[in-house]
Amino acid sequence: MFFLREIHRHPEFRNGMRATASVAPGIAAWGLMTGVAMVKSGMSVLEAVAMTLLVYAGSSQLAAIPLIVAGAPFWVIWATGFCVNLRFVVFSLHLRNYLMHLPRWRRLVNGFLTADLSYALFTGRYSEPAQDAPGRLAQESYLAGNYFLTWVAWNGASLLGIALANWIPGAWGLGFAGVLCLVGVLCSLANTRLRLLAAAIAGSAAVAAYALPLKLNIVVAIAIAVLACFWLEGRRPPPREKLA
Amino acid sequence: MSGVTDPWTLFVIAGLAGITVLARCFFFILDRPWTLPGWAHRALYYAPVAALAGVVVPEIVMSNGHFVASWQDPRIFGAVVGAAIYFWRRSVLATMIAGMAVYLPLHLGLGW
Repeated sequence: MFFLREIHRHPEFRNGMRATASVAPGIAAWGLMTGVAMVKSGMSVLEAVAMTLLVYAGSSQLAAIPLIVAGAPFWVIWATGFCVNLRFVVFSLHLRNYLMHLPRWRRLVNGFLTADLSYALFTGRYSEPAQDAPGRLAQESYLAGNYFLTWVAWNGASLLGIALANWIPGAWGLGFAGVLCLVGVLCSLANTRLRLLAAAIAGSAAVAAYALPLKLNIVVAIAIAVLACFWLEGRRPPPREKLA
Repeated sequence: MSGVTDPWTLFVIAGLAGITVLARCFFFILDRPWTLPGWAHRALYYAPVAALAGVVVPEIVMSNGHFVASWQDPRIFGAVVGAAIYFWRRSVLATMIAGMAVYLPLHLGLGW
């Protein structure tokens, strides 16, 4: 809620921005390439701008691009986007303790703007929710500082990328940069043996079922991989895998 | 598709914006506390990685609806190097830069 005076005048707002400053160049570089990748994959400038400002979630944006270009039905694109975003569902269970005292519209704005790095920085600084009003305001201000700078870095760089993309020939294949970003995110998520297996099964199934209409191969791939991992979980000795 | 704004695409984008809000606010949209059934909680651990792999792998190994039989494909080299760099540097940005550093010379230089 960086537009509220009581938040952006709070000293913790500056501290939050300072903490984000070290990761902002990385966010900006990723945003820049996402902007280029959207336009070079065939989206119009208006579509790319709308996606940057409204969707505001790098991996689900990039995952949606090939599906949109292929003309997949809307529910397949939304279901895929939701699955890619499921990590935020886990975060929201945690953030609930910090935000429930706020009115709903303020919770939703805070939630929409809190992406991966803001969540990590915020919960790293405040491991416990505040118990009194000044403490809660300080925590909300710190979170707002985190996501304000993130928002500026991501959207500024994405809009620059969209503008630059018009000057870059399509034959260069810069849209592939978006796929490579997803490869990096995929590697970061495959952090247990069963998750690595889920990735391998889903990848193979998506290729094997590629001929299915409506991009249903993605839906089939997710279902097979999740069910296979459920089945394997039941067959394993007590898990030593970390669960988050 | 290229460069022309399609109302259907804008509709899909608006829905994806709603998906972002739904996912990021999932457990604090409602005022009362609630939990997911156990199986759904377990699915949270596998569905994101499965969804990404399901989207990404065909983008790397398929071409015009067919499996790429030739090894002379710059995407495969770029993706393999990018993944290796991820496990070395733990950075998505490094993955993207290294992958493009492999992909662009093969694609533009050798014309693969």
